[in-house]
Amino acid sequence: MNQSTQSIDIRLIECAKTFSDGTRALEPLTLQIEAGETVVLLGPSGCGKTTTLRIIAGLESPDPGGQVLFGQDDVTNQPIERRNVGMVFQSYALFPNMSVEQNIAYGLTVRKMANDEKARRVAEMLDMMQITELAGRRIDQLSGGQRQRVALARAIAVRPRVLLLDEPLTALDALLRERLRVEIDQLLRELGITAVYVTHDQNEAMALGDRIVVMDKGMVAQTGTPQDIYYKPSNAFVADFIGTINRLRGTANKGMLQTAGGKLPWSGPDAGDIEVLFRPEDATIVALDAAELRGHVVASYFLGDRTKVLLDGIGEQTVVVETADRRQFAKGAEIGLIIKPDALMTLE
Amino acid sequence: MSLDRKEVPLLAVMLIPVFVVFATFFLLPMARLVLVAGSGENGMSEYLTVIRTPRHFESLIATVLLSAVTTLAALVISGISGVFLERNRFRGREALISMLTFPLAFPGVVIGFLVIMLAGRQGLAKEISTALTGTRLVFAYSMAGLFVGYLYFSIPRVILTLMAAAEKLDPALEEAARSLGASRWQVIRDVIVPALKPALIASGAICFATAMGAFGTAFTLATNIDVLPMTIYTEFTLNANIATAAALSIMLGIVTWIALYIARSLAGSTVAAAA
Ligand SMILES: Nc1ncnc2c1ncn2[C@@H]1O[C@H](COP(=O)(O)OP(=O)(O)OP(=O)(O)O)[C@@H](O)[C@H]1O
Ligand SMILES: [Mg+2]
Repeated sequence: MNQSTQSIDIRLIECAKTFSDGTRALEPLTLQIEAGETVVLLGPSGCGKTTTLRIIAGLESPDPGGQVLFGQDDVTNQPIERRNVGMVFQSYALFPNMSVEQNIAYGLTVRKMANDEKARRVAEMLDMMQITELAGRRIDQLSGGQRQRVALARAIAVRPRVLLLDEPLTALDALLRERLRVEIDQLLRELGITAVYVTHDQNEAMALGDRIVVMDKGMVAQTGTPQDIYYKPSNAFVADFIGTINRLRGTANKGMLQTAGGKLPWSGPDAGDIEVLFRPEDATIVALDAAELRGHVVASYFLGDRTKVLLDGIGEQTVVVETADRRQFAKGAEIGLIIKPDALMTLE
Repeated sequence: MSLDRKEVPLLAVMLIPVFVVFATFFLLPMARLVLVAGSGENGMSEYLTVIRTPRHFESLIATVLLSAVTTLAALVISGISGVFLERNRFRGREALISMLTFPLAFPGVVIGFLVIMLAGRQGLAKEISTALTGTRLVFAYSMAGLFVGYLYFSIPRVILTLMAAAEKLDPALEEAARSLGASRWQVIRDVIVPALKPALIASGAICFATAMGAFGTAFTLATNIDVLPMTIYTEFTLNANIATAAALSIMLGIVTWIALYIARSLAGSTVAAAA
């Protein structure tokens, strides 16, 4: 697959978007996507992910002043058909009047590629997506997962400069989503193509993204690697949106943090009243006499590989912890916790 | 889809009304018409005689051509306008749509009258062309006049169906095609027209059949081009040639049916060829 030769970087410079009905979908957005990198746009519904992707694709133009660059190439005023981008949609968007083969060949047909070369490329794509046996099928004879494979093959067949995917797995069931996600991940690495992947599913984002751009209300809330986003959320929105987070309030004094549930070792500066955060998996349930924090069980949920326990009396909101211990948690029982020393986070 | 055995009697009961109507108003009179056509001095060879009479044959050809051209023009115009009207929201859109469908209720006489107002001896086209170029443009009584009239009553019959179909077009399909490098024209050819095809065939069929049978417009324009319904009228009322009129009527029905059949199977085979 000699595709990686020409991967390019994408730059959005001050791209805002106001729709004709006055909806402000994007505040001025500046974003750099490195060549060959997979960037995931993640955020709640309506935050502007699709709009950002469509501006990169050339399906929407940014408000005046915004600029889109592919490498050295200013494509701001180029329509999508001249940008050479591959697109994959949630709804697959396969041409129902064409067979699987014809769908994959479409971009090559439009480019007037010679028939034998085209046939070779289509065969290569069918093989790559492991759908060779579906070549002659009609689209309505395919399952959702097969359709999305065809859509990927169709987008990649033309060797696009960048690959843009808008929630490609959202319409599939959980098991298939997991499998195809792994395949897409391998595919993107193998091709070394610059890719922008839109999702509102954080697991997908974590697994696929070299970097994640968390968006909120038309703005970038944080950009960073999955680890950065998870362990060093830079604001309350990101902390709450990604995973589960627990909040404690307390006073920091001489290396100790005094909270409603007990005292914790504290390496940060002294403060009269601060808020600290920690992830459920960083708390461990221990015997009461060894505990730093004590709370009472509000509810517990057995999840198979672990049990999720909700506690009150520690923070203002219930604190969530998870344990692999095979024990029952009676409602109202007192439980002791310790927290990994480096797991406490603060927000600026 | 196969029918459950239990559902068959129910189906038969449900279909009784349509069978009754079909038999009383269609099969019986049709059978009678077929017999009447054979009751003249030529007997059942009346059908051949009809085809061999140049006047009748020409009338048949003219009618088929006029109807086919009208249908094509109506589909193209309504297709473009229908997609545009469905895609764009502007002030006066609703008013425009209801005006476009306004002629639905007009009888052929009124349509013919309108064509005369436009392109007749005292028509608008004549006044304007005389003022501008000095030549008198009068085409109401020619093939062009008939075409304008037919087009006028055909568009409303087609445009609503096409608008409804255009509403169901998936914008992602067009975007996918464009992302693969398709030009505007290629998007129309490869995405929009295939998606509209069922609606184009259905409304085209109705349009063609209506044009084949249209009478009032041609009658009002009183042209020297006889469309088939006019010929039938002449044979029936003026020449009292009932057998010929009946044979022509049957011919009209059969030719229309054949034309629609061909159109439908051509459309079907392009689907098969693409798949
Ligand atoms: N064509 C349009 N006209 C007007 N407003 C629009 C248009 N397209 C999107 N919007 C608005 O812009 C905002 C951002 O939309 P966008 O589709 O980018 O969100 P999203 O993050 O992709 O959401 P989702 O996860 O639901 O797909 C929303 O408030 C949406 O209602
Ligand atoms: Mg979206």
